Amino acid sequence: MNAMLDFDGSISRRGILRLGLIGAAGALLTNRLAWASAPSTQPTVIATKLRAKSVIQIWLSGGPSHVDTFDPKPEAGRDYCGPLDKPVQTNVPGIRISELLPLLAKQADKYSLIRSMTHGNNGHETAAYWVQTGREPGNGQVYPGVGAVVSLFKGYTAGYSGLIPPYIVLTTPQGRFSEAGFLGSKYSPFVTGGDPAQQRFAVEGVVAQGITDERQQARRDLLHAVDTLNNTLPDDPRLIPWRNSEKQAYDLILGDGGKVFDLSQEKDALRTSYGRTSFGQSCLAARRLVEHGVPYITINNEGWDTHKQNFETMRRKLPELDKALSTLLSDLSDRGLLDSTIVWCGGEFGRTPKVQWEAPWNGGRGHWGPCFSMLVAGGGFKGGQVVGESDAKGEQVKTRPVFPCDLIGSMYELLGIDTNARLPHPQGLEVYVTPRPDEGVKTGGRLKEIMS
Amino acid sequence: MRRIALICGLFLLASPAAFSGPSAALGAADVFQAPGYAWPINRIDPFVVAKWRKSGITPAANCSDAVFLRRVYLGVIGTLPTSSEAREFLLDDDPDKRRKLIDRLLDRPEFADYWAMKWGDVLRVKAEFPIILWPNAAQAYTHWIRQSIRENKPLDKFARELLTAGGSNFRMPPSNFYRAVQSKTPRGIAQAVALTFMGTRADKWPEQRLDGMAEFFSQVGYKSTGEWKEEIVFFNQARAATRPSHGVFPDGAEMDVPPGRDPRQAFADWLLSPGNEWFARAMANRAWFWLMGRGIVQEPDDIRPDNPPSNPELLKYLQGQLVADHYDMKRLFRLILNSQTYQLSCIRADDKASAEAQFASYPIRRLEAEVFIDALCQITGSSEDYSTETPEPYTFIPTGTRAIALPDGSISSAFLDMFGRPPRDTGMQSERNNLATPDQRLHLLNSNHIRRKLEQSKWLQSVPMDNGPSPAAITEVYLTILSRFPTENEIQIAMRYSESGVVQGREALVDLAWALLNSAEFAYQH
Repeated sequence: MNAMLDFDGSISRRGILRLGLIGAAGALLTNRLAWASAPSTQPTVIATKLRAKSVIQIWLSGGPSHVDTFDPKPEAGRDYCGPLDKPVQTNVPGIRISELLPLLAKQADKYSLIRSMTHGNNGHETAAYWVQTGREPGNGQVYPGVGAVVSLFKGYTAGYSGLIPPYIVLTTPQGRFSEAGFLGSKYSPFVTGGDPAQQRFAVEGVVAQGITDERQQARRDLLHAVDTLNNTLPDDPRLIPWRNSEKQAYDLILGDGGKVFDLSQEKDALRTSYGRTSFGQSCLAARRLVEHGVPYITINNEGWDTHKQNFETMRRKLPELDKALSTLLSDLSDRGLLDSTIVWCGGEFGRTPKVQWEAPWNGGRGHWGPCFSMLVAGGGFKGGQVVGESDAKGEQVKTRPVFPCDLIGSMYELLGIDTNARLPHPQGLEVYVTPRPDEGVKTGGRLKEIMS
Repeated sequence: MRRIALICGLFLLASPAAFSGPSAALGAADVFQAPGYAWPINRIDPFVVAKWRKSGITPAANCSDAVFLRRVYLGVIGTLPTSSEAREFLLDDDPDKRRKLIDRLLDRPEFADYWAMKWGDVLRVKAEFPIILWPNAAQAYTHWIRQSIRENKPLDKFARELLTAGGSNFRMPPSNFYRAVQSKTPRGIAQAVALTFMGTRADKWPEQRLDGMAEFFSQVGYKSTGEWKEEIVFFNQARAATRPSHGVFPDGAEMDVPPGRDPRQAFADWLLSPGNEWFARAMANRAWFWLMGRGIVQEPDDIRPDNPPSNPELLKYLQGQLVADHYDMKRLFRLILNSQTYQLSCIRADDKASAEAQFASYPIRRLEAEVFIDALCQITGSSEDYSTETPEPYTFIPTGTRAIALPDGSISSAFLDMFGRPPRDTGMQSERNNLATPDQRLHLLNSNHIRRKLEQSKWLQSVPMDNGPSPAAITEVYLTILSRFPTENEIQIAMRYSESGVVQGREALVDLAWALLNSAEFAYQH
């Protein structure tokens, strides 16, 4: 997949490097002016239903194998479970998960598993869009993803402020579809770049690699000295936005604003238990961002498209996931944040339950959209439950199908977002937060059984 | 007699006593101002001066040569001068050099690129939603616009070709005028026509008035062909035969369009007839807006009775000139650019609220997004790659293409979006957002994107230095980035920085370049 972030200076248009859009006067910038004909476009949040304030989305890009993670099928035989034939019991009676996730097995009371996710599509882009917008593509509209919608309802119009945007991606862009859709680039995610496991987490715009704080300050002074036009017009109101913008920018560069990304402020032992990998430290960064008040964070974990070397990859990646996610859940819980933070973990689809032993796969799994799993925790989701069942081999949904719009709609409810509200549309078309019954979108119903 | 009186009047104005300009003791301000006024005898100025006299407004001083140089380069061709172009102009002692520079810039090839971009904003040239021209058609449309500007097509001919266009969106590019609308209904088209050619928001008109005008656009047909995404715009004669048009022009005159006649022709005839002020006024006002940063009617697409021109006599004069010059856009530009009014400095001498509306100083405004990134690329010797992945097939713009030359509003970049490039959804001037915001400043100050441009700049690496930056090196940096010579004080500041020990060797020059690129002087047209 081509990289959206080309460090030779070209940046493609898709969803990167968008930092806060508050002008000096606190007024929202719009680069889409034609909201005109929509009657009421003020996003509303239903305070009484509100349980969650933030969302951490752990996106397992490529489509993680459901039977090798959260829905093991050892009884189906080696052609289905391969060498992973001994799932472990979790600390919740009756729930078992992959033997490669022992740490998560001890925390099953904190999360619930959806084993009947379904949409039926096996294409990365289509499935990624479907899972994250709740809608199938192709009806002429490009819907915004859940992060963009949360950014709309919980972002600057809802009183969120500051240069760190309300929708952040750690650390590389997904690149499968336009997350902001018709809402426009204002709601695109801010992709941090950099690597939180490095000495300095070089978040785009916050840390300039190779430039010390001392030099940052010195050259700032130089800037002030040579800013001749600015110095000649000290009282000109037309330069107020320019001047105020500098103060805000430097709060991030040299001030406290950027400290949220400084992981050296955390205890070593905690950093180690997250895992000293980019992914592990991204989970820690996400917890800090939640504390900072950021409403939506995606951690983009790549490498799950295991057409080949499925089991080798599982042996490598699952321990990393295990460490990071279990630490994240316990860390959030210890700090009293889990009740107000939704965590959801999964990818665009699952993987073929029947192992592809033959060449060229040699023990791989393909895409599998008809039935897959998701992990959800916190923010009003109960822990220790299983929603839905797959069949004996994990190939089809057996009971209680859950479509993407069901999961997304449930999250919106917990966030206090009115799922019947209209979304602002540049042409004033009638489009809604979640699909209405007359749109003909398949639904299995909201996750009432695990929503408190 | 009248002319002598005019000249005497101007002579009086030229004496310092006529206006108490900014005080003399402004060392830094001398960078931006020139002593005295160099009033070219230009017939625009008396209209402006008359208003100042009437309201007791004090105008700014004449702008300096350096300011003039940068201002006209950016204003006429959307491009920074190179350091040698700057050096040459600033050291030239020809008293006529400003006029000659204007003529040279009007003939530069970049002129067509830049003004095709500006027209593209107005005409909504974009491939994608919600305009949906389709990439091939958007590019063909831009090429046609650019070619029209290159050959200095008279504006009335340009307008007529657009208004009466028919044919394939790929092969008859002006037909895209009827496709570059959010709503292909007669009302939707009429609103687009009013906005583009009359500078007016017809959606605010009484319904009856809009419907009367919409009649002239009620026989536009669209049909597809066997070719993927080709669309033909045509005069639907068959429909017209059964349903004749009874149109009402915006001035109230009515017309029964004969059955065989394309009512759009009738509208074009009305709009472009000699006595009709709508078109000439809108075009003259827009030209003034484009060059001066503020329309005589402001906003330039909001002409209506309760939004009168701040200087009706000036507007009337410009209108008249445009018509007399057969709608020659370049001649009108030349006229405006050569006025003293255009050449005032940005340092206000009067902060009365009315001074701005009466053009008593040059209004500073942030560089347009495309011009900004092109300038950064030109200075550092780098380029941007533009591409779009929707719709398929992907479009890749050749490396090195400048942003002002992008042929399709849908092809953008994170930088351009951040800096307010208009999405071209409506064609309104306000879609372009030149407000300075914190995320823009953060990007310029500290992004990898800009940092790499500076660090990898072969130009910066090749500026001759001793152990540290020399005055000559500092001068070269100033000429390249700010298009002017540094003052003695500025040279000292830069030398002191390099001796401070915070940075080594060439880093001092990089930081100087960084600082200048992050200054208001660079970011603002002034």
